[in-house]
Amino acid sequence: MSDVIVVSGLCKVYDELVAVDDVSFTVREGEIFGLLGPNGAGKTTTLECMEGLRIPDSGNIDIMGVDPNRDPRKLHSIIGVQLQSSGLPQTIKVKEAMKFFSAYHGVNPRMELLARLNLSEKAESEYQTLSTGQQRRLALALAISHSPAVLFLDEPTAGLDVASRVELHCLMNELKEAGTTIILSTHDMAEAEEMTDRVAILLQGRIVTISTPRELTATGSGLTKISLRTSDNTATGVEFPAVEKQTFGEEYNIYYSRDIGPTVTAIIYYIVKNNDTLIDLRVERPSLEERFLELTKEGAV
Amino acid sequence: MRAFAYHFAFEFHTGLRNKTLLLMMYLLPLGFHFMMGFMMVDINPFFLETMIPAMVIFALLSGMILGLPQPLVEARETGIFRSYKINEVPAASILVIPALSAFIHATIASLVIVLTGALVFNAPLPVNWLPFVLVYLVIVLTCSGLGVLIGVISASSRVTVLWSQLIYLPSMMAGGLMVPLQMLPEALMRVARLLPASYAMDAFKGLAMGMPVGYDPLWGVLILLVSALLAFALALYLFSWDSKNTARRNPILALLVLLPYILGAILLPLPEPIPFM
Repeated sequence: MSDVIVVSGLCKVYDELVAVDDVSFTVREGEIFGLLGPNGAGKTTTLECMEGLRIPDSGNIDIMGVDPNRDPRKLHSIIGVQLQSSGLPQTIKVKEAMKFFSAYHGVNPRMELLARLNLSEKAESEYQTLSTGQQRRLALALAISHSPAVLFLDEPTAGLDVASRVELHCLMNELKEAGTTIILSTHDMAEAEEMTDRVAILLQGRIVTISTPRELTATGSGLTKISLRTSDNTATGVEFPAVEKQTFGEEYNIYYSRDIGPTVTAIIYYIVKNNDTLIDLRVERPSLEERFLELTKEGAV
Repeated sequence: MRAFAYHFAFEFHTGLRNKTLLLMMYLLPLGFHFMMGFMMVDINPFFLETMIPAMVIFALLSGMILGLPQPLVEARETGIFRSYKINEVPAASILVIPALSAFIHATIASLVIVLTGALVFNAPLPVNWLPFVLVYLVIVLTCSGLGVLIGVISASSRVTVLWSQLIYLPSMMAGGLMVPLQMLPEALMRVARLLPASYAMDAFKGLAMGMPVGYDPLWGVLILLVSALLAFALALYLFSWDSKNTARRNPILALLVLLPYILGAILLPLPEPIPFM
């Protein structure tokens, strides 16, 4: 897969605040690329420089051969943007907004998107009467109405209910299958872990790591959580191989293992040997959220 | 063209959906027109002679100087222009379409003023209709240009009201709408020449109503026209998509729009004063 976005040495300073400091990364064609980071890490500024909404102080951005600052019109014909705070006129109706922006993109309005995003019943409603979730869904419909090759989503699931969130993720997967490259900025680690092919973690304006969610979690402390419940609770206080720390509760014993193979084998052998009965055994890999917290803690230190 | 048509249709409907715009475009000018028609004629007998052009200018001032800037500033502050930018809406459309929409609304209000002025209050109609329409269009261009320029340079909604009132209030008091310029002290007459309303009134009087104004009113039309073109050019030059975190060009440049009026105040002769009765 070729790179459709190349960002190199991007810097942006607001007065004395360095919002983005020497950020470089590439995004491959057809992948979902996540930008993660705490508030104020520089995610939105990075996105807005790529979207042509901010002028970087230095560095280069290339989106499918287009420099956002030199040719914003061409850029906006190949990208779709769902802004974090979608500004639309308060009195514009949903249907009008679809027609209005589609006309400026030179395409026919794709009204079927309204049905897809559960907005059909609101087609004649004014923007100001929509809920936050509906407003975000409309912003998404507008962002993809001209079938852009690259789609920027800034916190797309913020304010969405569970059903809308699932629907949005299905839509993102469909767009990806159709070849759309998606840049997703999110606070939601579960979403990033589930949806993205690669993520970049930004801290204080700098990228601290770029990797796949799986690789990222593997490079952390690497401790896998094993929760054990038995009928007689005979394993309480017993030490098993590769376990680095353990806690014992009324129902579950929790073990944090460096190497789950020997640990789980030893646990099961011990239960059988002591005529205890296994009720529940759960093995949970370290999550992206845990790795993210580790990284942000390291960054803060 | 299709995009322009959708954009224009939306802006036009907004004027009807938005209560503030409705107030500025219709309720304020028409309410004031009827109030003046019933009260002012008794106070100032001269008023009836120029009631129709005066109230038409008032409608344009309230619709375009008071009504146009605020939605532009609010749109910039709430990120609407950012949405426009990423959806390929050109800056020129953002500035011209609201002006065009305001022109339609102001023209509807002006038609009501002309008809009711003649039928209800027996105010004299223009004697030359073609010049009346042409002068009207030039004043529309001037007022909409100034309204758009104020919307572009205002840093916030609060400041917008201040800028608008800096033109609107003096125009009302010294622009020749309520009392003829000739009844003002000479110094105030000179100051009035810095206001578009005074040239608009003179152009209507001289070219459409068949009344003397003391100089060739075409000079006034030229001043309004140059000011209108300057205002739109400056608005386009000073336009900013975002109210935060983007470098904006120096709004002081907007003062260049006053140049034609300053030249008019210096070069054009003042009318002979009429003493108070």
